[in-house]
Amino acid sequence: MKDIKEVETGILDELKNTSIDASKCMQCGVCSASCPSGRHTTLNIRKLVRIAGKTTDILSSEELWMCTTCYNCQERCPRNINIVDILLDIRAISVHQGFIHPEHRAVCEMLLEYGHAVPINEKNRKKRVNLGLEELPETVHKYVDGLEEVKSLLASCGFGKLIEHTESGVTEDKT
Amino acid sequence: MKGLSLFLGCLVPNRYPGIELATKLCLAKLDIDCTDLPGASCCPAPGVFRSFDRTTWLTLASRNIVLSEQMERDMLTICNGCFSTLADANHSIKEDDSAKEKVNEHLEKIGKEVKGNIDVRHIIEFLYEEYGPEKIASYVERQLDIRVAVHYGCHLIKPTKDRGLGNFERPTFFDELVTALGATSVEYPDKMACCGAGGGVRSSMKDRSLKMTEAKLSRIKEAEVDCIVNSCPFCHMQLDEGQSDIKEQMEIEYEIPVLHYTQLLGLALGFPAEMLGIDTDIEKNKKFMNLLDAGMES
Ligand code: SF4
Ligand code: SF4
Repeated sequence: MKDIKEVETGILDELKNTSIDASKCMQCGVCSASCPSGRHTTLNIRKLVRIAGKTTDILSSEELWMCTTCYNCQERCPRNINIVDILLDIRAISVHQGFIHPEHRAVCEMLLEYGHAVPINEKNRKKRVNLGLEELPETVHKYVDGLEEVKSLLASCGFGKLIEHTESGVTEDKT
Repeated sequence: MKGLSLFLGCLVPNRYPGIELATKLCLAKLDIDCTDLPGASCCPAPGVFRSFDRTTWLTLASRNIVLSEQMERDMLTICNGCFSTLADANHSIKEDDSAKEKVNEHLEKIGKEVKGNIDVRHIIEFLYEEYGPEKIASYVERQLDIRVAVHYGCHLIKPTKDRGLGNFERPTFFDELVTALGATSVEYPDKMACCGAGGGVRSSMKDRSLKMTEAKLSRIKEAEVDCIVNSCPFCHMQLDEGQSDIKEQMEIEYEIPVLHYTQLLGLALGFPAEMLGIDTDIEKNKKFMNLLDAGMES
């Protein structure tokens, strides 16, 4: 049985591996100056790059989710750090630890059930028909076998389990 | 060059079916060999799903790619998000054998295998590269004498190392496709700025995402344009529905029509607004169509 401390060290190692590139950062601030989100939210991408790989605190940071992935920072970084790729990897670790916004969980549930993040609704069925299109598009909405395939793949990847993960906080080892 | 299969994604067929029809009408009129892609799913969206679990994201994207591979066709996307997911996933499949192997272990369970032998295209870069503005112009039946704010959106062009469509600071290819229709593409500050929707921000922090949208809209408004043209239904939704949200929450009124490029192209190719999903019951769209009609008469 692993204790919480060991689990934490494991996560920190994961964060370190993901963030190796971030150690090239010279804290010039070109990234945050280019960030559209930073102008309107508390996201300070320069600061996130600074702490990337150094602390597990980053996992519960709201700022992780304020990035629109516009890539401005990454494009302009004079050290060519793949800032967004690092951020996405940290997000994934965060999610695997159970930090999921309820709205994002809802989007995931749509995918699990319908194979679409934004499934069709009554209003748009009608809109389609009025336009002269088929009521259902040529997607898994119309092809049940296709939807079954998507569901099998989601199960095979363990996606459903990931979403069921504990509501928040670093997961305690239950083994 | 291979023929194309049309990848619909979620937002186009399920929220903006007019863009689906506009795309199909334009492709047919331009004699582009493009068929449906039966049984495709969500791309899956890069903002949330890629952030959550890369393996799931890559596996579902690969299933969509397999469907097109089986038809021996390249995939055509009409959404920057779908383009981002499918082009990046396709790149991983082609370049990273271990990723491909891992994905194929999952795909084997549904009797499929991804090979990595097709390309993923976005309609804007496809039209620019394969047709070019001059050829597009030769198809125009109705010159659009209007001022347009072009919104590229982020993932059409960035990350530039993967997209290969040139520098992101001042691209011109999309503008050239707009001017090919007789319109003027108006320069405006922060033209390359994000609409505010991506990365899962719209879904979980809508207020904050709308602040970015408002900043963008205010720049566009100052440029005195007749409409905004985009290449992505997600930007489309943010810039269009966002105007109603902003009106409600911030009491700032923007009455700027928003069109996907296929809708603008459809108008130039002579299709009526109602066939392109441009709702003229909405006041701003009605004014826009009147303006176009007046331009035709003069
Ligand atoms: S632009 Fe690059 S080097 Fe400069 S602070 Fe940001 S991440 Fe660091
Ligand atoms: S990718 Fe994210 S952090 Fe980087 S500039 Fe855009 S919004 Fe800011």
